[in-house]
Amino acid sequence: MTLLCLGLLILAGCSKKEEQPAAAPEAAAPAAPAATPIDPATVASVSGTVKLDGAAPKAAKIDMSQDAACKGTNNAETIVADGGNLANVFVYVKDGLGTRTFDVPTASVTIDQQGCKYHPHVLGVMAGQNIDIKNDDQTTHNIHPTPQSNREWNESQPPNAAPIQKSFAREEIMLPVKCNQHPWMRMYINVVKSPFYAVTGPDGKYTITGLPPGTYTIAFVQEKLGEQTQQVTLAAKDSKTVDQSFKQQ
Amino acid sequence: MGGTGEVARPHTITLASRSHFLNGLAMPYNRGLHRFATFTAGATFCLLIAGALVTSNDAGLSVPDWPTSFGSIYKIPHMVGGVRFEHTHRMIAEFVGLLTIILAVWTWRVEKRRWMKALAVGALGTVVAQGVLGGLTVLFYLPPAISSAHAALAQTFFCIAVVIALFTGRRWVEEVPEVELDTRRPSLITLTLLSIFVLYVQLIMGAMFRHHGMSWWPHVVNAPVVALVLTWTAVRALAVYSKIEAVRRPAILLLGLLITQLCLGFVAFLTRVAWGRDAVQPELPMVLSTVAHVAVGALLLATAVVLAIQVWRHVPVAFAERVPDGEGSPVAA
Repeated sequence: MTLLCLGLLILAGCSKKEEQPAAAPEAAAPAAPAATPIDPATVASVSGTVKLDGAAPKAAKIDMSQDAACKGTNNAETIVADGGNLANVFVYVKDGLGTRTFDVPTASVTIDQQGCKYHPHVLGVMAGQNIDIKNDDQTTHNIHPTPQSNREWNESQPPNAAPIQKSFAREEIMLPVKCNQHPWMRMYINVVKSPFYAVTGPDGKYTITGLPPGTYTIAFVQEKLGEQTQQVTLAAKDSKTVDQSFKQQ
Repeated sequence: MGGTGEVARPHTITLASRSHFLNGLAMPYNRGLHRFATFTAGATFCLLIAGALVTSNDAGLSVPDWPTSFGSIYKIPHMVGGVRFEHTHRMIAEFVGLLTIILAVWTWRVEKRRWMKALAVGALGTVVAQGVLGGLTVLFYLPPAISSAHAALAQTFFCIAVVIALFTGRRWVEEVPEVELDTRRPSLITLTLLSIFVLYVQLIMGAMFRHHGMSWWPHVVNAPVVALVLTWTAVRALAVYSKIEAVRRPAILLLGLLITQLCLGFVAFLTRVAWGRDAVQPELPMVLSTVAHVAVGALLLATAVVLAIQVWRHVPVAFAERVPDGEGSPVAA
């Protein structure tokens, strides 16, 4: 039996995703290098609209009858496009920042579980930045991120519980988060190293401000439609428009 | 052969000792033990279905801790959402574990067949290992290798429970086996063992697919191989040994389950792979078809094991033994 348990543990060790440094905010993090200064007088911005080419699929209605505490209506958010404007696209500076480093914001970002649905559906956060996870439902949720390069965890959160505080140590785009108690609940966290990111709203618009002059690769990532990139060169105080469209698959 | 001074003759002299081993003449039929073993096998089948429901509903991590459930050993959590599948599975598993402990102790105390005692202890060891695998897969966030091992060992344990019920049955214990030698090649016992092998391979590939460790196509590509081997086995059993009831019944059942399983597999493929690829939540047709596919798969494997055992008992392989000239004919016992 001992041998069996040992074998199983070895098997588990082989199968388990690589352990990453602890992502909990309470873990002692190494001192971050000082942020590279940016001259506020020269900063530029980029903004635009993300469109969907083709008819948007009809959002599937989610059946939440298995938990009476899940109130209201809920529709799938895989592709949300109103009038061709594509929401929930994560837009970030993928390349062009070189070796610059940036301060991690001290303010937390919040994920709210309300109506057995995550708010927001797509979130951007800097590596190491705190995330407060709230449960406003009168039912227990479990929050289970399934990352590729960060540490996986799975915690339950009963009604009226204190927010769970977490952070992710490594850059990772479209990191899925799900609730195994309510299998329709799914959201994506995007962990990046710079503060230059945005998520498109219902009107498909985004704005990234405070960029130092330079040539950048802007990436547009949609959970189902994938990633597209564009290059943009920003001079001092530039304000450029970079629109993007995704083809419906 | 003449040049070597030996003749090849069918070998039958071991049949008496074989029959003595296989039938349970040394052990009187114990109705209580047999009924309990049958009940344990039935409870295990329910446990298999409960486990399949957990996987199909993506509820494996809805209770994030183990061996406790939400920090408690005995409290029943609010049974909503995925928790009702996962915690129900845990409760049935604990019940089957208890049944297996009782079965092992009972068998150890009343059985005269040493190999039955060993089998009962083996069943207990298997159910303990299965519990440990179930816990590890929760603690390690469902790694495909451990989840698939949990699924495969579940069906292995079910087969053990079924054969314990078989070996404690009145027919097995009291009946003098009707024996007919198998002279064909490949022998029927070889075919039944091959059936178990391909079914087991199919089980592992199916489990790996269900637990996201493998694509669907190896399981689907292997399905015709399984169908061919099982059909060959069942048809041979029915064509040649249909008058032996203990062989005929599992052979017919094997064919019936195979046809059912192929149909269920097709529906499961449609609902999960073809139509359900982008489903935002587990949909009822997918859940029903995949759970039924797992359940019938378990019945198929257990039937193949029972058929192999009955073939081993009733249709031993005839083989030629070189008997030196002048030593006379082998004597049937």
